[in-house]
Amino acid sequence: MYQTTYHRASSVDEAAALFAKGSEAKFLAGGQTLLPVMKQRLASPSDVIDLGKIKELIGIEVSGDTLTVKAATPHYDVATSDAVKKAIPALAYLASLIGDPAVRYRGTIGGSIANNDPAADYPAALLALGATVKTNKRSIAAEDFFKGLFTTALEDGEIITSVSFPVPQKAGYAKMPHPASRFALTAVFVAQTKSGEIRVAATGASQSGVMRVPAIEAALKTSWSPSAIDGVTISASNLLSDIHGTSEYRANLIKVMAQRAVAAAG
Amino acid sequence: MGVEGIGASVVRKEDKRFITGKGRYVDDIKLQGMTHAHFIRSPHAHAKVKGIDSAEALKMPGVVAVLTGQQIVDDKVGNLICGWAITSKDGSPMKMGAWPAMAPETVRFVGQAVAVVIAETKNLARDAAEAVVVDYEELPAVADVHAAIKAGAPQLHPEAPGNQVYDWVIGDEGATDAAFSKAANVVKLDVTNNRLAPNAMEPRAAIADYDSAEEHFTLYTTSQNPHVARLVLSAFYNIAPEHKLRVIAPDVGGGFGSKIFIYPEEMVALWASKKVGRPVKWTGDRTEAFLTDAHGRDHVTHAEMAFDANNNITGLKVKTYANFGAYMSLFSSSVPTYLYATLLSGQYNIPAIHAEVIGVYTNTTPVDAYRGAGRPEASYLIERLMETAARQLKVDPAALRRQNFITQFPHQTPVIMAYDTGDFNASLDAAMKAIDYAGFAARKAKAKADGMLRGIGVSCYIEACGIAPSKAVGSLGAGVGLWESAEVRVNPVGTIEILTGSHSHGQGHETTFCQLVAERLGIPISQVSIVHGDTDKVQFGMGTYGSRSAAVGLTAILKAMEKMEAKAKKIAAHALEASEADIVIENGEFKVTGTDKAIALPMVALAAYTAHNLPDGMEPGLKESAFYDPTNFTFPAGAYICEVEVDPGTGKTSFVNFVAADDFGRLINPMIVEGQVHGGLAQGIGQALLEHAIYDANGQPVTASFMDYSMPRADDLPSFKLSHTTTLCPGNPLGIKGCGEAGAIGASAAVINAITDAIGKNNLEMPATPDRVWRTIHAA
Repeated sequence: MYQTTYHRASSVDEAAALFAKGSEAKFLAGGQTLLPVMKQRLASPSDVIDLGKIKELIGIEVSGDTLTVKAATPHYDVATSDAVKKAIPALAYLASLIGDPAVRYRGTIGGSIANNDPAADYPAALLALGATVKTNKRSIAAEDFFKGLFTTALEDGEIITSVSFPVPQKAGYAKMPHPASRFALTAVFVAQTKSGEIRVAATGASQSGVMRVPAIEAALKTSWSPSAIDGVTISASNLLSDIHGTSEYRANLIKVMAQRAVAAAG
Repeated sequence: MGVEGIGASVVRKEDKRFITGKGRYVDDIKLQGMTHAHFIRSPHAHAKVKGIDSAEALKMPGVVAVLTGQQIVDDKVGNLICGWAITSKDGSPMKMGAWPAMAPETVRFVGQAVAVVIAETKNLARDAAEAVVVDYEELPAVADVHAAIKAGAPQLHPEAPGNQVYDWVIGDEGATDAAFSKAANVVKLDVTNNRLAPNAMEPRAAIADYDSAEEHFTLYTTSQNPHVARLVLSAFYNIAPEHKLRVIAPDVGGGFGSKIFIYPEEMVALWASKKVGRPVKWTGDRTEAFLTDAHGRDHVTHAEMAFDANNNITGLKVKTYANFGAYMSLFSSSVPTYLYATLLSGQYNIPAIHAEVIGVYTNTTPVDAYRGAGRPEASYLIERLMETAARQLKVDPAALRRQNFITQFPHQTPVIMAYDTGDFNASLDAAMKAIDYAGFAARKAKAKADGMLRGIGVSCYIEACGIAPSKAVGSLGAGVGLWESAEVRVNPVGTIEILTGSHSHGQGHETTFCQLVAERLGIPISQVSIVHGDTDKVQFGMGTYGSRSAAVGLTAILKAMEKMEAKAKKIAAHALEASEADIVIENGEFKVTGTDKAIALPMVALAAYTAHNLPDGMEPGLKESAFYDPTNFTFPAGAYICEVEVDPGTGKTSFVNFVAADDFGRLINPMIVEGQVHGGLAQGIGQALLEHAIYDANGQPVTASFMDYSMPRADDLPSFKLSHTTTLCPGNPLGIKGCGEAGAIGASAAVINAITDAIGKNNLEMPATPDRVWRTIHAA
């Protein structure tokens, strides 16, 4: 690791002010990506501003038909929250599958979506549930937030404060974990909103990061059942291919995971 | 058996310090004035080193020195050696390419060191390393064995035309050809035994401390065999004479073979310590471990097995290409030859065997012994062949094995080994019963109704451990003897120190070795301590690998104990005014048999050291040593069966059940044996399902971190059902065979046999990743 200056911010405003002062500052949430990258000397921030201890950024709230997870809430809290399990059980289940126990105790929802790893779990949930990302400056629809590999709509110095999920009619998540990293080799989140819209998002599969799967959405509109997806063909072009999964295999997984997610959603 | 004697599952003495963070590993050691080394490693698989410019680095804060490969060559530090000479079929010696500790001219794998920065802190050394400019001229590289032996392939070493290390044969080719010409059926199989990265939990580390006043070096290092390290560093690398070099291997966090070898980093640390006049510390990180710890396996094999009309095996032909990586590591030459081809008879009567092994250089990390070392490759091949044969001949795979089992002992195979004892039917029976083999068909049918593909796979392994005797291994080309030494010191107050040449890096010697003493003397293990891992404390010994520590190391302790006890009995008889022949040892006392006369061990010890009243002519003291050279290998064997379910939608394999029935001879501590089997099975299953060290065609490693290299985790593994069948090893007085490697040797074939049974297709390479299994299921 290169020399850096560590700051522990006590409020979002203080964090934003510290960021503005640093020459090459970086925000630190759970540190599950940034710290390994810094240890490898692949990142060399002048200042590291820790958001993880800011009280206003931690917690889970349900208000009417909206579940809000504040940005620095660790995955473990989401996985074990009674409120999440009641409102969107698929989201609690998703959080329980992220990485391993050590990652789940430290990693946060804000850190995960700000990083936008193309195989991360949360982006699939945000996209399928039509979540809204709230920052210290604005609200951004999930649709507009994820901009491809490791890229988001966040501006320099902008801090995610929370993610709001509309509580769906039903939702399900199914994941084939990457055998080494435990990211998603391919995972699919399916949701039927209270207004009847069907949204399906896949992560880990596409060369451009998390994506909607219109073919499966169309099939599920005709019938919300795993067998409705039987006839769908997913093209392998533009899908990731590596030592752990060919693009053809990932295309198959999109379909199989979608079927299992629908089965899990009930 | 006492409560802490042989056969008792005594809780490990060493665990208190390990699980409370009180272990003392090399990286925990800090010396006064210590500097830190950071190696500059090649990013290229094959390149000329045209120049190294360290001017900027030397100006940086805290930098003590930048040392290069040319300097280490100029200082006449010896090239790395390979300690087992193999002769090719044409009579020529193996072709060793020169391997300097840091490359002065040519790098031949990614990660090979070209220079080292010595600085005040680890981070400053790393900072400065980034300022060193190495001018490389890239050369074409080759990573695959078949590509490496093609005409026109990039050549690694001028000493080895065609990248060939050797072309070695074993067995009777004429007899084997004759068997095939008369065969009723021939079964053919191509298998790849995937390359593995060892990944001990503790990365390698070294601290070298040169004392200029005494002209003496001390090396703290992560070694499985500190005496062998000292011998090699002294005799071949010209570091210092043995009496001027102390090697200490303190607590070591796992080895699995990878810490047998003496690596460039230790050599450089010693040499650099003298050059800079201060202690030098190097602790590898995980990336360096992936790039530089000797890898394991990496065989490509074609094999054919001949059967008569009654399904009896009549012959076996094997041709194996073994990937050596860029250089010949310390025992690399023996692994695909005498540790592999000599086990090709498996548990079976095979009248004629012929095997050819071609060693090949490639631009990859050197390959050497890794848990099992040759024997997993042999066992995997034979057990895949037997399964393939059963499918081809349409007979039950367990029955085909049983029909061909060796049942008479001793049994001389056509490939050197003389199996001393065993009961292969007993272990297969136990495993089949444990997994309810008879009920499998019904379970498979039920799983099919649920949309799952269920399979069962058998693996009947045999291995050779406690490699010996020294005379025999010497005749086969080994550069060392393979005995072990021990010393028993009874202190004046009756506590006991056992000094052993074995080295514990996870095996539990501090408990099991004490249990032998407790058994013989009837004293608690708390009164016994084990001293190992320091060449200044312990007499020369050979170390721990090849499942040898109980069969060889503990027997050496037994021999020393017998000598000590004989002397103690004389002292006791003298004190008790009894005949020496009437003295028995019970509960820590020397008793006159049939009487109530007794003298406690501490009093005998005290008498030995006060020497006030010893028998005439007896030397004072109570300390004996022994060197033990076995008469033969030991032959642990067993049967593993696993039942799996494959999800046809994802290709993912789940375990329904995994049973192991092992014959390890006598068990000293069944709990520790169980732990050894669990660890071995995890590695065998890891190889079968998850692990693969992969290079691209240009020799760039693509699995050099845990984000890409799949180490097995607890939730990847089933709950194992273990059992033991026992035939005592006749080759050593304790009847021990060894248990350290069995799981890694036997497990992978059981897993692949089960998966291929489930999916109904026989050809499936390891690791059987979900992607690979899914593609195999759906292949035309």
